Amino acid sequence: MEPILELIHVSFSYHSITGETEALSDISLSVEPGEFIAVVGPSGCGKTTLLSLISGLIAPEAGEIRLFGKPLGTSGANIGYMLQRDHLFEWRTVYDNVQLGLEIRRSLTPKALDRVDSMLDTYGLSDFKKAPPTALSGGMRQRAALIRTLALEPDILLLDEPFSALDYQTRLEVGDDIGSIIRKEHKTAILVTHDLSEAITLADRIVILSRRPARIRKILSLSFEEDCGSPLKRRSSPLFSGYFEEIWKELKAHG
Amino acid sequence: MDKPLSKAQSAYLKARARRRHLVLTGQILLFVLFVGLWELTAQTGLLNDFIFSSPSQMIKTFLRMTEDFSIFRHIGITLAETAGSFFLVMAIGLGSAMVLWLFPALAELLEPYLVMLNSLPKSALAPVLIVWLGNNMKTIVVAAVSVAVFGAIMTLHTGFQNVDPDKIKLIYTLGGSKWDVLRKVLIPSSVPLIINNMKVNIGLCLVGVIIGEFLAADQGLGYLIIYGSQVFKMDMVMMSIVLLCLLSMGFYRLIGVLEKWAARRSGLHRPG
Repeated sequence: MEPILELIHVSFSYHSITGETEALSDISLSVEPGEFIAVVGPSGCGKTTLLSLISGLIAPEAGEIRLFGKPLGTSGANIGYMLQRDHLFEWRTVYDNVQLGLEIRRSLTPKALDRVDSMLDTYGLSDFKKAPPTALSGGMRQRAALIRTLALEPDILLLDEPFSALDYQTRLEVGDDIGSIIRKEHKTAILVTHDLSEAITLADRIVILSRRPARIRKILSLSFEEDCGSPLKRRSSPLFSGYFEEIWKELKAHG
Repeated sequence: MDKPLSKAQSAYLKARARRRHLVLTGQILLFVLFVGLWELTAQTGLLNDFIFSSPSQMIKTFLRMTEDFSIFRHIGITLAETAGSFFLVMAIGLGSAMVLWLFPALAELLEPYLVMLNSLPKSALAPVLIVWLGNNMKTIVVAAVSVAVFGAIMTLHTGFQNVDPDKIKLIYTLGGSKWDVLRKVLIPSSVPLIINNMKVNIGLCLVGVIIGEFLAADQGLGYLIIYGSQVFKMDMVMMSIVLLCLLSMGFYRLIGVLEKWAARRSGLHRPG
């Protein structure tokens, strides 16, 4: 199958008056359609930079990023990006918040609104349409943020530690939730996280980055038993701890 | 809401209400005491009412001036000048702050000049404005605008720059432009800042209008104050000052109403 996303020898540095900070060095990766990739690495290693590059917010200094085989920007691909915090605007209702992207792209069509409505329905938010975001729990807010992103029907979904601001219990629930939603909507997703168990429970493949400047240390393909469909079931699988240890060792060896 | 209040809760509410009453009573008492003492000392000659005037004299002057409606003309003029310059300040302030935010290079370029203009004592400009614009209302409004506008531009621009960068990033990740950031994030999230800035500006505009009227007017409360002091009609001066107090309080109240309205609307309206 043709990869949906390719990174070819991508490097990036930040510049300031006091000097140059190399964030990413020679990153090459290709992602198949429908795949769920998790990127793990020590904090501050440039994981968020990687997502910013893929989303086109910043341009690589060297190397190339291709979407559907075409250079970024000319591919017409639609990229959804979920930030660390939900950033629901308190001056808008939940309903107006999830429409924000559609509003900006001027695609508030009845069809798009139908899709939003049915997602709100499916994910238990339809009773809160007219409510301000402050009426939602942490997990519900994150789901609303996901709907805001999915409303634009992205080809690829970028997730930048979207659960890190939640408390532990909510985090497990929402991680499970969002993982299932993404699988159900058949989205290609790249999740950046420093939580190894989160990565293992959600991903098909895990990319392990080194300390800054980040290089790819290893790419680990996960395969669980057939009945481990949901993230929570993966946690109780005997394979889980094996993977955990493998990644842990890899991170420590190069730490 | 239908749940009966617990004993502790109703006791708490009662205590709150009592406190509110106490403060209000105290405020009224303070006013009555001040006015009463002033009147009393003026009546008994302890205070020279030729210089200090007295509440009853001020009321008499006011009533006399209502007979030919001249006082209403003076109040109206000052009111109109203040309101006009206030709207100009807000319009210019918001417009310029947005332009500076949209073009950071321009902001960097103009920064020292803005700082200089802001810290310049604007009363120094008034004589210049009279020469340039004449002895008229234009001068007064421009003087008032000049007092408030530079501070407004700087405050609003700084506020715009302090908007959560992640909220701005969100707009970009959704495919928005800088213009979208302005409309969807900057303006709605700056409503409290804008209203606070209004409170500062209305006071400064009043200062500017009075300075202008001191120098270039034949009507308005500022004119009454300067005229009254020149012909030693202190009753007129003091009355005008009291009216100014009431005027500025009224303006504050008006903005307070706007603030409440905005707070109620936030979260429930759709900008853009």
